[in-house]
Amino acid sequence: MKRFIGFVRKEFYHIYRDKRSLFILFGMPIAQILLFGFAITNEINKVEIAILDHAKDATTIEIIHKMASSKYFSINRYLDAESQVEGVFKQGKIKAVINFEKDFGEKLIKEGQSTIQVIADATDPNTANSITNYIQAIIQQYNQSINNNQAGSSQVFMQTHMAFNPEIKSVFMFVPGVMTIILMLVSAMMTSISITREKELGTMEILLVSPLKPFQVVLGKVVPYILLSIINAIIIVLLSIFIFKMPVQGSLILLGLESVLFIITSLSLGILISTIAETQQTAMMISLMGLMLPVILLSGFIFPISSMPLPLQLISNTIPAKWFIIIIKGIMLKGVGIAFIWKETAILIGMTLFFMGVSIYKYKIRLE
Amino acid sequence: MGISLDNISKSYKGFKAIQNISFEVKPGELFGIIGPDGAGKTTLFRILTTLLVADSGTASVAGMDVVKDYIGIRKSVGYMPGKFSLYQDLTVEENLQFFATIFGTTLEENYDLIKDIYEQIEPFKTRRAGKLSGGMKQKLALCCALIHKPKVLFLDEPTTGVDPVSRKEFWDMLKRLQEKEITILVSTPYMDEAALCDRVALMQDGQLLEIDSPKHIVQKYPKAVYEIGAKERHKLIQVLRDFPNLYSVYPFGEFVHYTDKRTDLEIPELENYLKSKGLSEIYIGLTEPTIEDVFMELARK
Amino acid sequence: MSEENVIKVVELTKKFGAFLAVDAISFEVKAGEIFGFLGANGAGKTTAMKMLIGISKPSSGEASVAGFDVYTQTELIKKNIGYMSQKFALYDDLTVRENITFFGGIYGLSRSTIKEKIKVLVADLKLENIIDQLVGALPLGWKQKLSFSVSLLHDPKIVFLDEPTGGVDPITRRQFWEMIYHAADKGTTIFVTTHYMDEAEYCDRVSIMVNGKIEAMDRPKRLKEQYEASNLNEVFLQLARNSNPE
Repeated sequence: MKRFIGFVRKEFYHIYRDKRSLFILFGMPIAQILLFGFAITNEINKVEIAILDHAKDATTIEIIHKMASSKYFSINRYLDAESQVEGVFKQGKIKAVINFEKDFGEKLIKEGQSTIQVIADATDPNTANSITNYIQAIIQQYNQSINNNQAGSSQVFMQTHMAFNPEIKSVFMFVPGVMTIILMLVSAMMTSISITREKELGTMEILLVSPLKPFQVVLGKVVPYILLSIINAIIIVLLSIFIFKMPVQGSLILLGLESVLFIITSLSLGILISTIAETQQTAMMISLMGLMLPVILLSGFIFPISSMPLPLQLISNTIPAKWFIIIIKGIMLKGVGIAFIWKETAILIGMTLFFMGVSIYKYKIRLE
Repeated sequence: MGISLDNISKSYKGFKAIQNISFEVKPGELFGIIGPDGAGKTTLFRILTTLLVADSGTASVAGMDVVKDYIGIRKSVGYMPGKFSLYQDLTVEENLQFFATIFGTTLEENYDLIKDIYEQIEPFKTRRAGKLSGGMKQKLALCCALIHKPKVLFLDEPTTGVDPVSRKEFWDMLKRLQEKEITILVSTPYMDEAALCDRVALMQDGQLLEIDSPKHIVQKYPKAVYEIGAKERHKLIQVLRDFPNLYSVYPFGEFVHYTDKRTDLEIPELENYLKSKGLSEIYIGLTEPTIEDVFMELARK
Repeated sequence: MSEENVIKVVELTKKFGAFLAVDAISFEVKAGEIFGFLGANGAGKTTAMKMLIGISKPSSGEASVAGFDVYTQTELIKKNIGYMSQKFALYDDLTVRENITFFGGIYGLSRSTIKEKIKVLVADLKLENIIDQLVGALPLGWKQKLSFSVSLLHDPKIVFLDEPTGGVDPITRRQFWEMIYHAADKGTTIFVTTHYMDEAEYCDRVSIMVNGKIEAMDRPKRLKEQYEASNLNEVFLQLARNSNPE
């Protein structure tokens, strides 16, 4: 055990003394979160919308008034028919059309529900998303106000339609995505590089020709990075909560445990890479090309998986990041508990065991 | 407690790195493996330090089999690999402490063994290893390899890239370690270092050319070696190649080394021949063969 | 050997801050001479050589190489010298022919000249079987002989060799020195930097640098007589011992 602690201490010296990597390690998540955050959460202000009111009754006028009086929207014009919608979008000025169904107010009273359709111009997906979110908020407020005044449970439902780009996903997607990339990068790339560095220096030969057991060497390499990755995960979550007001709906403990699981998955991938790669350069290339690109392209972080061709959808199943993104999205955005994500968790555990098994099988007690 | 190899062979992807190597190193011996790059020295070291498994043959170190008892060997040998460069970002002291810890010992426990060497680098103990000169790095590396008081010490090309002063100091240190009953196997591409070993094995292209003490090796050289000098060095070699009784001619420092097919070479005869070819400032003298002469003669065969 | 001096160095100095890396060295090298420039690691020989080949500006002093000034005519110097070191060799993933063509091109040789040079090299070095092989697959000795030939492609007046024969087997090393003698015989000046004293024994004249200064300079034979030593290694050790290491 003393040997092992000595080994871990040495690893911390390496990390601490390499100021540049240390800066990248902690600077990168902050920079990425801020970049993605400010690029995506551009608040909307006086966005021009159009109204298509088939009912024209007291209720619709009240809702329209609420929208008009908010600082977010400005009503540009009233339309008469659905056929006009495409035309106004093509002019480009109007970003959304609010469509009230026929007999809107009457239905709300008699049937207890009526529907507003929000048609957003999704060529600018971020704005489109923001618009629907804000309108949703206005409608929710309205629902609360009518239900407080009247005993019955009447509700206005909102139906969204994204014109031109129906696959648009949630705006808060970026936090789970960035968190996944950072954890993957720090854990897999840093461990594989630090193991291959010993091979390049020739010190791996000495470590092998010593009473240290190979698994102690690997574990000693991994422990510091587990700690660093956990710190990184905490930084990312704090940033998104306090700077971007991103709500964490679910349990923080569950989020923490799942993150640790994913860190271990990435670390075992990193060890696997280092059993293949002989130099730091190869380790870095494999990590970047083999891990980063699939995470960015195929995990659903940027491109929605459901719109990918089938072969790519199948491949995306083999990417641990995809499952982790589903898990943390569930916890952070939907507030779900383990009951809803046990399948994804099980898949991650399975992958981790597989990577570890292969690494142990491939790990050499000798040089060949 | 020495080292023994019996018919060891090893190939990589069809390339025969070493072939049928057998020799014994006696306990307490300072044994040198002398050969150029690519001779198979590093492969041999890696087999003995249990890092590689030979394709055929058996070997033992300190009485333990290199395959079956690799764990035992790893506990009792010290090893300095060829391109070993320590942890550049750790200080001298931290490097030493690290190696002490992984071998389950402390700096204090075996201090007497490394005292001589460590005292030379102690003034720099808070300096990072990367900032040390080449000679000091070698000393630190040797300390690290000795910290657990190994029975057998493997040093793979410890003096490559090191200047003459540090090389001399390094060999002096090895001599002192030998007095402490440590068996030392050292490899080098420099023929002049052979003379510093008790016994040497000359190696080329994966094969052993000769094993003996450096003294015996040169004594066995069958021919008289003449050193010949002339003002026109390049022409001298060309002209000697045309001499009918030539056996071999090689540039050798400021002279060339010449051997004759006959045993009764008359110096004046050769001198006249050289003069007749237009060479000037001719010098011919008998000289002692060196390890390099022997090596070339053996490699020719 | 003609009496023309192709390298002239007077009081050449290089300072890094307060540290005198090269301390007012002076020497001359004649055309066709094999000059050994010796010193321990950190004695300043690499710094001095960098000034001579025009990649480092001297702090003070004068020097000319192949007739060109090291302060103002570095581009002309680079055109008129060749350089070979163990670290800088040929490209392993190109064939011998491709390497020669590439390096010939760098020095502005015409296609026809390069073809002619390849023909001569194939004949001189017996390259028929390896000319179209990848350099990476060749033994170390071959690589070194080839990279020396490549450094001579553009017929430079001076070739700088940095530890040229470390690690090669004794026979190949001697073939290498024969190539050097041959080049020197044709008038090329050979400037060898090394800290292996047995390499130095082959030079016509050597200088030994200690702590930035040239402490000794003469023919190897005379140095050995002067210091009553049997080889240059002992000469070197005596000189180095007089100065305090580290």
